[in-house]
Amino acid sequence: MTVTPQRTVPPLVLITGPEGILAERALTSVMAEVRVTAPDVEVVRLQAAGYEPGSLMVHTSPSLFGGQKAVVVQDLDEASDELQTDLLAFLAAPEPDVTLVVTHKSGQRGKKVLDTLKKGGARVIDCPAIKTDRDKTDFATNEFRAARRRATPEAVRALIEAVGKDLRELSAACQQLVSDTTGVIDEALVEKYHGGKVEATGFRVADAAVAGNTGEALRLLRHAIATGVDPVPIVAVLAQQLRQLVRVGHAGRGRSADVARDLGMAPWQVDKARRALSGWDAEALGRSIQAVAAADFEVKGGGRDPVYAVERAILTITRERQGSGQR
Amino acid sequence: MTVWRDVIGQDTAVATLHRAANDPDSMTHAWLLTGPPGSGRSVAARAFAAALQCPNGGCGECRECRTAIDGSHADVDVIATEGLSIKVALVRDLVQLAALRPSVGRWRIIIIEDADRLTAFSDAPANALLKALEEPTPRTVWILCAPSVEDVIITLRSRSRHVRLRTPPAEAVAELLQRRDGVDAPMALYAARAAQSHVGLARRLARDEGARIRRREVISLAGKIRGVGHAIDAASDLAKIAEDESGAASTERDAAERQRLMEVLGADPTARTQPPHIRSQLAALEKDQKARATRYARDVLDRSLLDLLSIYRDALVLHTGAPIDLVNQDAMAAVQQLAQAMSPEELLHAIDAIGTARERIGLNVNPLLALEAMALSLRLPS
Repeated sequence: MTVTPQRTVPPLVLITGPEGILAERALTSVMAEVRVTAPDVEVVRLQAAGYEPGSLMVHTSPSLFGGQKAVVVQDLDEASDELQTDLLAFLAAPEPDVTLVVTHKSGQRGKKVLDTLKKGGARVIDCPAIKTDRDKTDFATNEFRAARRRATPEAVRALIEAVGKDLRELSAACQQLVSDTTGVIDEALVEKYHGGKVEATGFRVADAAVAGNTGEALRLLRHAIATGVDPVPIVAVLAQQLRQLVRVGHAGRGRSADVARDLGMAPWQVDKARRALSGWDAEALGRSIQAVAAADFEVKGGGRDPVYAVERAILTITRERQGSGQR
Repeated sequence: MTVWRDVIGQDTAVATLHRAANDPDSMTHAWLLTGPPGSGRSVAARAFAAALQCPNGGCGECRECRTAIDGSHADVDVIATEGLSIKVALVRDLVQLAALRPSVGRWRIIIIEDADRLTAFSDAPANALLKALEEPTPRTVWILCAPSVEDVIITLRSRSRHVRLRTPPAEAVAELLQRRDGVDAPMALYAARAAQSHVGLARRLARDEGARIRRREVISLAGKIRGVGHAIDAASDLAKIAEDESGAASTERDAAERQRLMEVLGADPTARTQPPHIRSQLAALEKDQKARATRYARDVLDRSLLDLLSIYRDALVLHTGAPIDLVNQDAMAAVQQLAQAMSPEELLHAIDAIGTARERIGLNVNPLLALEAMALSLRLPS
């Protein structure tokens, strides 16, 4: 008589959160875990978007030959009412041989199913969005650690600068580095694979410009334009940064939390503006804002060359910054 | 009593139009009325339409006259937009309509009040009109209205007869306000001057206390801006004043329209989510409302800038000692203060800066940014 190993995965699993790659990994690991105890499990995948009423019943009803089944319902957040009804019906009377895995990105749709799943003792796996550079750094570091490789902090930072915009791309880049190289992953190695590629956003351009770093700002601007960022949002960000500098400078001293509340900004924005403010005088900021306004006009059809208009605005800003530092 | 009684201070234009309505030899099929905003282009166009339809050449009393002027005449179509531009699809419909014979009146008349806005996606809407203007159907008359001939593409200009309206004198506008809207004499004159003879604006100023307060707030900004920080604050104040005004006007109307649409569709307004076919209708309505809000906000801002401009203009008039009326006669003290604080050159620079801001906002530059750049140029010399 064969002994059926005790199943380790609960019959209900909920993978929730917007970060696609984490959800996929969670799904893969859950399925691998299921296969440990049930190697011949039959896996059925249902896409919520194209769901046909009743097919959940078809797949979850007991088979004549017995055996384990795993039903994966993907993107519950796009589910039709029929799918939700079918899921609720299944949850009211679950089949013992079925493992139901549901993924849900975000939003309110399907909330009732989510609640019922949680109440039914589902294993909940969170996949929170990874947005900040710090989260991305942790992610990349973990990737290397999981592959038992050591990466220097500089290498991780360079990697995130190069491909950090999309988490999937970052993960692929990590895997490539792991499989194609040996030894410690350092900055030179990242440079070799991803050198010259910088994912610049308007914010980084504006930061460099406001810091008076002409070369860096122009370099980032070119990168941003080359990777498809439109000049219009870049100008908008420049204007916003300068405006914040003026307003924070005008607000005077006082705790940054108070200033933030008065100006309707976040405290970290106030702190950042205060750091950036050293080396600026008000007149120079004023001239910079006027240059940006002129650039906005040219970018929106008043001039012939939008990119040149932004470049000129950036040159004005950095020149004003350097000029006011010397005065 | 004639149809021309509300077209004020436009004797030459009225004479031309009146002759055309009564003498077939002076008539033509396409007209272009130009004049500064508020000079009564659309009023003149409607009056002309009434004169054409009227069996008595514009008596102002008969059914034809009255329906043509209030826009309900079956053969008079008035096209105006509340968005930023008129779309080509609408113009194509008009061209088809223009091919029909008049149903009850003597002429089929199509008035395009915003001929300067035939600009949705380049000049396509204006181009769609060309054929209809060039090869006229008998008994169809086009009346295009625009601020100036330069606002209409040259091919439309050359196919139509041009009648120019001028800025009516403030006294004439005040007289109209008294006669038509029952405003008392001093208020009518103040409003006519402050609105710089813009009839619609003057009427609003005379009747709406809030509008007068907002105008005063805008004007008080002049001559107060000192530091850079001040300038940025002043710009955001100005943007806020304009925002308040457009918000106050549109919120109620939007809600009422939404409610009416729900009633028409038989939808349940309390339902948490609406069925798809109602949602799509609501989305379309919201899109229209948003376009209207953009246009309105921009118009309000432009008007505020004109108000601001007027006080710099008055200060300049004081400097030159020219014998012309001031726009802000009621705020003499502020004008004198400004004239003392700034030299004529500086005043001209300030006026230029305001003009630049208007031009920039017209071209979709972020309004706040344009205002900031302007406010920075308006700082008082230290």
